Amino acid sequence: MNSKSWRGTILFTVILVVMGATVGLKLYGVGEQVTAAPAASTSTSSGATGSSPSPSATASSGDTSSAGSSPSSTPTPSPSSSASASATKVVTGTAVDTRYGPVQVKVTFSGTTITAVDTVQAPNGNGRDQEINQQALPILQQEVLSAQSANIDTVSGATYTSEGYIQSVQSAIDQR
Amino acid sequence: MRFVETVMGIPMSIDIRDGGDAAPAAERAFGVLRAADRRFSTYRPDSEVSRANAGMREEQPSADFEEVVAIGEAAAVASRGAFRVRRLDGTWDLDGVVKGWAAARAARELDAAGFRDYCLNAGGDVIVSGSPGGGRPWTVGIRSPHSPAAMLTALQVTGGAVATSGAYERGEHIVDGRTGSPARSLLSATVVADDLTTADVWATAVFALGAEGIPLALAAGARGVLVVDAAGRPVAAGELTFAPPASAA
Repeated sequence: MNSKSWRGTILFTVILVVMGATVGLKLYGVGEQVTAAPAASTSTSSGATGSSPSPSATASSGDTSSAGSSPSSTPTPSPSSSASASATKVVTGTAVDTRYGPVQVKVTFSGTTITAVDTVQAPNGNGRDQEINQQALPILQQEVLSAQSANIDTVSGATYTSEGYIQSVQSAIDQR
Repeated sequence: MRFVETVMGIPMSIDIRDGGDAAPAAERAFGVLRAADRRFSTYRPDSEVSRANAGMREEQPSADFEEVVAIGEAAAVASRGAFRVRRLDGTWDLDGVVKGWAAARAARELDAAGFRDYCLNAGGDVIVSGSPGGGRPWTVGIRSPHSPAAMLTALQVTGGAVATSGAYERGEHIVDGRTGSPARSLLSATVVADDLTTADVWATAVFALGAEGIPLALAAGARGVLVVDAAGRPVAAGELTFAPPASAA
């Protein structure tokens, strides 16, 4: 028998609402990811929405196109203690061209940890671009920050601006 | 080694974790993507697809053209017309097939060069092979359609492809081929499959079809499907492995 039928069967037994969602997923502001359960074996695992307030939380709208000013812009961890480990350093990445214009970021390091990523430059030609920025860039900020702990290797679903953003961040890391 | 280049107007990256000089293989892979763009871009008046649409083509279609059309036509049938490669006026719109197909072919250049641990990301369409290091699976973040400040989730994938379709970044560009109207019943659709051609085509088809597309995608070879419905509820089907929460990592 073809795979069609058993796939279908599995489907109906397996469709899960991943997160009890409605609540957890009004998501605005709730911030970062995610789900759960190191899915044992096959089939889906349903997950809880973990959702910890993201460090840079409200990055969103408001200020896309221009410098700094995102909530997380101050690096902070005071140049405390042992200089070597926690020295704060700010590096501006190279401007990377994307379909919608150049993307450039400024990365703040505390020792080897990224504590903030601010957008220095982003496409802002027309309304469409702005819309794209508001959507794509802030989430990428989140991505970069959470990648520190979550080890996200790559991202599915952010078409145009993501790589430019990541590339600019990478260049900042390389220059550090 | 990591390589990034803009092809088809979209940033594409190749991240190779094997040792050795990966630059020549990456260049060949980008060459495949550039060649696909030259052949299939509707922005290039001299591309094969543009010539075909202008009725200017006298020669036989190329093997690549026929292959892409065949993939699209098969998906059109399997999706009951929701996925289409012809517009209402009969001209070709192969964009829904080309990116995934070309990226899958580009990855074969990496395979042929002997690389085993890599990630190729073609504007959000992802192919992973092997491991990023230490034998762990690749962790692929799925962009949330809800909030610019969040990931929907992260999936662990060892050898396979992930594609996500949504209207959040490029607007309502996906049309339900059955009605000709923009698809609106889902906020996003993510498909995990063995190959990116399947994942990409079916992410688009499921987005166009709505939840009823999920079983069709699984029947067509998708390993797993994750959608966010219009009410914001994530729904998953098939085999998906979710990455552990960051705090547990």
